[in-house]
Amino acid sequence: MNSVTIKIGGEAGFGIITAGTMLSKTFARLGYYTFVTNEYPSLIRGGHNVVTVRISTEKFASMNRDLHILVALNKQTIDLHKEELSKDAITINEPAMNNTMAIGAVLAVLGIPLEALHSVIKDQFSKKGDDIVNANIEAAKKGYDTTAKKNSFPLEKIEKKEDQLLLNASEATGMGAARAELKFAAIYPMTPINALITFLADHVKQLQLTYIQPEDEIAGINMAIGASLGGVRSMVATSGGGFALMVEGLSWAGMIEAPLVIDLGMRPGPSTGMPTYSEQGELQFVIHAGHGEFPRIVLAPATAEEAYQLTIDAFNLADRYQVPVFILTDKYINESTWCVPKSVFSKAVIVDRGKIRKDIPTDGSFKRYDLSVTDGISSRSFPGQKGGFYIANSYEHDEVGYMTDKAESRVAMANKRIKKFEAMKKDMMPPQVFGDTDAEITFVTWGSTRGPVLDAMKLLPKKSRLVHYSWLYPFPAEETIKLLSPATRIIDVEQNATGQLASLIREHTGIFIKEKLLKYDGRPFFLEEIVEYVNKS
Amino acid sequence: MSINPDTFKTNHLPTWCPGCGNFGIWLALKNALAELGIGTDDGVCVYGVGCHGNMYDWMKIYGVAALHGRTLPVAQGLKAANPALPVMVISGDGDGLGEGGNHFINAAKRNADISVFIHDNQVYGLTTGQASPTANIGFKTKSTPEGVIDEPLNPLALAITAGATFVARGFSGDIPGLTALMKAAIEHKGFSVVDILQPCVTFDKIHTYAWYRQRLYNMETPDTKIKALELAMEWGDKIPVGIFYKEERQSPKEESAKPVNLDELLAEFI
Repeated sequence: MNSVTIKIGGEAGFGIITAGTMLSKTFARLGYYTFVTNEYPSLIRGGHNVVTVRISTEKFASMNRDLHILVALNKQTIDLHKEELSKDAITINEPAMNNTMAIGAVLAVLGIPLEALHSVIKDQFSKKGDDIVNANIEAAKKGYDTTAKKNSFPLEKIEKKEDQLLLNASEATGMGAARAELKFAAIYPMTPINALITFLADHVKQLQLTYIQPEDEIAGINMAIGASLGGVRSMVATSGGGFALMVEGLSWAGMIEAPLVIDLGMRPGPSTGMPTYSEQGELQFVIHAGHGEFPRIVLAPATAEEAYQLTIDAFNLADRYQVPVFILTDKYINESTWCVPKSVFSKAVIVDRGKIRKDIPTDGSFKRYDLSVTDGISSRSFPGQKGGFYIANSYEHDEVGYMTDKAESRVAMANKRIKKFEAMKKDMMPPQVFGDTDAEITFVTWGSTRGPVLDAMKLLPKKSRLVHYSWLYPFPAEETIKLLSPATRIIDVEQNATGQLASLIREHTGIFIKEKLLKYDGRPFFLEEIVEYVNKS
Repeated sequence: MSINPDTFKTNHLPTWCPGCGNFGIWLALKNALAELGIGTDDGVCVYGVGCHGNMYDWMKIYGVAALHGRTLPVAQGLKAANPALPVMVISGDGDGLGEGGNHFINAAKRNADISVFIHDNQVYGLTTGQASPTANIGFKTKSTPEGVIDEPLNPLALAITAGATFVARGFSGDIPGLTALMKAAIEHKGFSVVDILQPCVTFDKIHTYAWYRQRLYNMETPDTKIKALELAMEWGDKIPVGIFYKEERQSPKEESAKPVNLDELLAEFI
């Protein structure tokens, strides 16, 4: 076999998630491609936890629904997940098995030498002392030796090509931010962006940045805007409910033209919703959020790797256009563990701080909101800088920042802000296109639904193509018309109940997509669901 | 050219009502900044929304006119970005204690190294005279026609218990006294608050300059937090002004900017 999908289930607090991570790490270190997703209720102990690990010799883009191996650390796991077993699936449910024993048993079933696990156990438990390390090595050996199903699902061997990092999209966002020279973050805890807080808080010294836990999201966004005005790159992160509180601040950033990066990790709403599950419900929200009219940019990564790259882009775009930039992530990418080649994170990146005035004349001629700029983007100064005096004014203002309510001044300043829409269009990337040009089916996706659709396309009997949006707003209308107008059958695949991308496409192009495959039960799409949908239709 | 109160002159004239308490606060602020050598380019003032907040138009120093109630988070962000920058917050009782009450408590708790000047006149002047969070019981306003029935917030006691390390009260009718308090607040390392009693000559016919002058007295800074709290609770026939509480406590440590070496962190994820 060249690909195996393993689910481990048990009571919360049994180290289920850790088992998945260790398993994935073992195989990633051997050179396999791995992916880990988890499902858990909003509780710390009690309740049912499951982790799913896919391991393959080939690159892949999503998780399978159909399992090859089910490891049940309690009876409930079998009851809940037996429907997901594929034909000839193997169940591991020896009595009194703990999580490390289970990993040993899985290695035995896959025909992988147990030694591969040892370095992972050492890294995982070394802080707890040698006794704990040795006890876990023993437990793994016991699991390995006692399983009756040794080598029953042999996995093809692979040559390791390069080091791979295992990380979730929140950690990748943190790395992208660090690479982009982030200096300030104010983030109120909220699922699913907590891993970003941990990454930043753990590394404030190495990365020379300030992380503050604000009293609420309102404080968070205002602190981040303050830091931005002070001259450093800053960001906030939250989910839909927290962003609802930030909307007033977003509008202020729009008025004073402050660069700002917002990572919004989506989860099912409305309201508190299902906090530990996933959804793509906030696309229209972030495009329309804020009182008054002002430009903004919306990006949506599909994977951890793309989260890293788009975060770097987000900081450059925010500085270049002096606007808020959204990174729309979701629970699925933020809390799944992706396997990304190390080289992705080692490449040099461009840090473009945009128009920042150095050597300002001290004759009082500097105008922060200079109206003579054709693209609407005027130069910034920072408090403390000689000659750069201005007022970052929440009220409508003139070129220095003094309040004004004169009709012509208002129109001129509104035009300056709105002009940036045109300027930023030249930087926007067109939709990504995958598959056959003469396809019978054209899928349309944004964000994390790309992976399952790409994997499904490989299995479809019909020729298919995918038009995927990572750069969503300002919306690439012309490219979309070129790509979608000739298509005979378009299927919009989104993880929400209303088809928000389809609405955006219709708004900007007039193209009406009537066929929508929507999922809004909180669980990510599985490739099998897309294949089954197409085969049935 | 030396820095003096005229340094801060702009082409805009104040729009406050004649006799407004804001004039005294404005003059004292300019005096304090000039005496400390903080000129147009050397510091930043963050203004809330309210009559007080309109000051930015006639105050030539880097300014941030924030959203109503949000001055303190903005000021903390500015300070984190540039720890050497003096950051002054010009706020009101409605702005800083009503809309921004939670920010006030938490900025004090954090002991953020910023100075807050609360224009405290018991009313919302800009919206034509509703009761503010510090309005006294019985005070009749447009939003309390029968008189205020709930307890007024006590900004001093709130600041002291929340963790502020410099807490003072001044009076807009005493410009030299207020100048000294503002200077001491700006020089203080940590979260400093000056609650400034200020008559609203248009919407408050009770708390006039004369009303305050009959009651205010200068007190000595007490030597314990409990005594400071007791004095902070004193209100009525006698109202103390001066520095109520002062303590040296470390502010959040700010990191200076140096190049990032992310590559060294990558191994943690292999």
